[in-house]
Amino acid sequence: MTSTAMSPIEVPDETPVHGARTLRLPLDPLLTLATIGLGICSIVTLRVATRKFVPGQPRYYVDRQATYLIVGLVLMVVLSRVDYSRLRHLMYGIYGALMLSILAVLALGHKTALGAQRAIEFPLFSFQASELGKVLLILALSAFVVNRSRRLRDLDTTARVMLVALVPAMLVIAQPDLGSGLVYMAIAFMLLFVAGTSWRQLTALVALVAVSGAFVLVAAPAAGVHVLKPYQMERLTAFLHPSSDPKKKGAYQQEESKVAIGAGQKTGRGVNSTQIKGNYVPEDDTDFIFAAVGEQYGFVGAALVLSLYALLIWRTLRILTMAKDLFGSLVAAGVVAMLMFQVFVSVGMSVGIMPITGVTLPLMSYGGSSVITTLLAVGLLQSIYVQAGASQAMKGRVYRY
Amino acid sequence: MSSIERLKPNEPRTPVSPQLALRVAILGSIALVMFGIIFFRLWYLQVLSGEQYVQQAQANDQRNLPIAAPRGEILDRTGTPIVTSNVTNAVQILPSALPASVKEEAATYQAAVAQAGGEYALAKERLKAFEEDLRNSKRHATASQRAELAALERQARLRHVPIPPLPRSAVKLRHLYDRLAPVIGLSPRQIDERVIAGIVVLPYAPVTVKTDAGAAALTLLAERHNDFPGVRQEQVSIRHYPYGELAAQVLGYVGQVGTEQLKQAAFRGVQQGTVVGQEGLEYFYDRYLRGKPGARPVQVNAFGEAEPTKLGIVPPKAGHSLRLSLDLGLEQEGEKGLREGIAIARAGGKPANGAAYMAMDPRNGAILATGSYPSFNPNVFAKPLTPSQWEALIGVNEAGGGPLFNRATQGAYPTGSTFKPITAMAALEAGVITPGEAFGGGSCIEAGKEKFCNSGHTDYGPRDLVEALKVSSDTYFFQTGERANSHGNIIQNMAHRLGVGQETGIDLPKEFPGVVPDPEWRAKRDREEEECERAKHVSSCGYVAEIRPWSVGDDMQLAVGQGDLLTDPLQMAVAYSTLANAYMHEGHGTVVRPHLGMEIDDSKGGLVQSLSSQPAGYVHLNYSNLSLVMEGIHDAASQPGGTSFEVWRGWNQTQHPVYGKTGTAQHTGKVDQSWYMCYIADPTHPIVITVTVEQGGFGAETAAPIARLIASKWFNQPEKFVAGSSKTL
Repeated sequence: MTSTAMSPIEVPDETPVHGARTLRLPLDPLLTLATIGLGICSIVTLRVATRKFVPGQPRYYVDRQATYLIVGLVLMVVLSRVDYSRLRHLMYGIYGALMLSILAVLALGHKTALGAQRAIEFPLFSFQASELGKVLLILALSAFVVNRSRRLRDLDTTARVMLVALVPAMLVIAQPDLGSGLVYMAIAFMLLFVAGTSWRQLTALVALVAVSGAFVLVAAPAAGVHVLKPYQMERLTAFLHPSSDPKKKGAYQQEESKVAIGAGQKTGRGVNSTQIKGNYVPEDDTDFIFAAVGEQYGFVGAALVLSLYALLIWRTLRILTMAKDLFGSLVAAGVVAMLMFQVFVSVGMSVGIMPITGVTLPLMSYGGSSVITTLLAVGLLQSIYVQAGASQAMKGRVYRY
Repeated sequence: MSSIERLKPNEPRTPVSPQLALRVAILGSIALVMFGIIFFRLWYLQVLSGEQYVQQAQANDQRNLPIAAPRGEILDRTGTPIVTSNVTNAVQILPSALPASVKEEAATYQAAVAQAGGEYALAKERLKAFEEDLRNSKRHATASQRAELAALERQARLRHVPIPPLPRSAVKLRHLYDRLAPVIGLSPRQIDERVIAGIVVLPYAPVTVKTDAGAAALTLLAERHNDFPGVRQEQVSIRHYPYGELAAQVLGYVGQVGTEQLKQAAFRGVQQGTVVGQEGLEYFYDRYLRGKPGARPVQVNAFGEAEPTKLGIVPPKAGHSLRLSLDLGLEQEGEKGLREGIAIARAGGKPANGAAYMAMDPRNGAILATGSYPSFNPNVFAKPLTPSQWEALIGVNEAGGGPLFNRATQGAYPTGSTFKPITAMAALEAGVITPGEAFGGGSCIEAGKEKFCNSGHTDYGPRDLVEALKVSSDTYFFQTGERANSHGNIIQNMAHRLGVGQETGIDLPKEFPGVVPDPEWRAKRDREEEECERAKHVSSCGYVAEIRPWSVGDDMQLAVGQGDLLTDPLQMAVAYSTLANAYMHEGHGTVVRPHLGMEIDDSKGGLVQSLSSQPAGYVHLNYSNLSLVMEGIHDAASQPGGTSFEVWRGWNQTQHPVYGKTGTAQHTGKVDQSWYMCYIADPTHPIVITVTVEQGGFGAETAAPIARLIASKWFNQPEKFVAGSSKTL
């Protein structure tokens, strides 16, 4: 048990006494504050951005987003009451559910106008498996890493962990949902990083990613093999040469997003946000919602949203260190990977310093799958927090009484 | 207080390994750095370069829809409007009714038109260069070169780009067109064509598909507006020409400014879609008449849909009105006179297929009336023209030019004997002839191999200058021309001094400079003909009938207004005005600059600018010589035996002495062209009238009676069409 740096801490299978539970807060207050704050920011931003999406129903999108948020928050609270560590034993079931849902989308999914097949249509909402898959992958992969925690230095472990993530990632990229696929890989890398994989292997992984990235983006197209679709290529490289061809869609989107954010100036354009109202920034309700924030509320609004994300990420990192066991730490690490990747890529592409990969801005972007997935992840964090507190409280009681 | 916080100070909770602590610290640092970068980026975008992005965002979405400015009226000399702007209803289709596919189609069409235009310009350039090369090579073209030339000529034709049909996906729009078409009396295809043509010019503006729809149509559209989404009625201003064909070539017509025109200096600052003058006075004085369009700002979204903003509307500034020297009554009389003369000529079996007249104040060149036959109704330009309508207007199948062609200012004719006063003046001034000398007997003159004869081989006997002008003795003037030939270009120089053979500077576009032939001109045309024949390998390019040097015969022909002389009623009116003007001032005359515009008034009638017309030049003629010439042509109109004596029978010559000269220009294979020029003296309102009727017969027969009708109107005399019987040329 002590041979590895991080050992799963076996929790005695006993419920803490009633009195101790009443002493601690049921949820991490700052984490909850950041979550609800971002939800409110989302509603406020979407109110203008989606005003005209459904003719005659200016509140259509806002109402739905509010519903998703409320459902998600309820799920979060429910999940916080569940001991996350039990989920470790459901590893195979969870991984199976992940693969099944992704395959189901490929088989039954609704094809969009552009030929993408990312969601299954249900009567009330469309289920985007790749979003929920993020949380499923975090749980399954964390459990897998915990199971192999004694052989973390083995190259074999690193390879297996990456492979377990790569399979669903490739399936998701094929939908095509490049953004989510990259999130999966980021999660796997982060789990290895936090679990304690050697620096040498991590460096090798980074090098491998760099080489394969260069191959996909430069070498393969030069040789006539197109791994990515042309529009994906174009979006990925648009930020490197912003004004090369404003007519190209990728560059256009990013340029208009920059114009929107820039035009927001210090305090925003409010109702005069013509870039957003006039729909000059495509997908300003989802991937490019940060442009909507920037134009409507200016530097002040953008900074507030960023601060809330900073708070969210800080609390997640803190919960990572607080967790009662390795599984909890790893789950928190996975959530950190997901949040950081999505926040920095989504905001980065809106301000023109990141490639356009099509990831949602957690909690801000419109969409049930994204919102509920993020809130489930926050629910897991809350559970880790609660469990950490519980185990601590129990020990504390031992000390004190 | 929570238990956690209570425990914190002394109890480390779950032991965190140093490795994990390090890695979490690294993670935290990465997050910190990323947030830092993003904050700086935001600061840069929003605070440092915010202004620039605000401008970009505004450029993105703000468009101004023009509000047409009411175009200024055109008034006659008394202030009676002869061109007005009428407010009428228009049925318009809003851009919001058009699906994106139609807009894409319009963009494709626009690109195709631009491409066709580019190819056309390129092909024309290539053709020109190739022709130039051939000409410079100075050798006969080879067969392959000729084939290439023909191929280039074929390419150098503007390709017609058809407007694409409605896209299949635009089902709703198709149904809308189907419903709308019968209501406004168009076909769905016509509506589609107008819509595409409209949005190509102004993508965000409503497209007018029909103006002046009947009351029934408007009521139906208003009552059932739910059936016609995106269709609206709007009041628009359209140009109205209440007198129809009257002076149509002079007034011109209007139309939306063309892409090529926008590049011209005359239309600098004009917005696309603005209605501007395309011809005549409408074109020449466009910058005064067009006013300044107002602007209705709209916000345009990424799909090209416009919605109104709260920004202020800029009201349009009405155009100024243009006051002309034209006299509406005289103009109407001229029009009537032309028709009457043509009708009589036609009754006499002559084709009389074209005619023109010009009435001018000889003191200053103010044009009192002018007209050209056949004419057109400029109101037809208020609606889109069909290709066949356009072809009829420009007269594709008429050698003499269609109704758009202004015969008074652009015609290129020999003038026949009306040129004789110029010859006489030249010969007297140069001393080639003396006033008392009588010569020119016999019916024909022989010069070299050629024989020059009087009309009908009449023998007038030897006459002196005054008599020769009175009876229009060709033999007298043939001999004068023969004598002049050895003295250089004396006739040509006099013609130029009086204003013939060069642009007069009239305030109308596309004036024809004319030709007064001289040896140098002849040599140049011969050269051009030779080069052209060699390059194209054809027997004749038609520049000259035959390649030969200048001969005495050319001067003899010119002396009687024949040969290669090409001028028009306007230039002759200037020449006669100059003579009359000099006659009034003892030989010191001004070469008048003919003009129609007198002043620019604002919409309330206040004077904005008076259009002063500086004389084109000055002449100093020997008064006694001039008096003899004037006496000659006065006798021609007033003395028995004079060529137009019969035409002016009953005219009060003491009150309004007429100085008139008939002319009959001969054209091979055609009936003669009838000419008449006259100056009628009056202390307060003298007038010079020039009239010509193509294939109208002798001058005294058709043209002179028309001149009398116009003069009668001007001097309030009873109007009478009196045909003369003089058979002189």
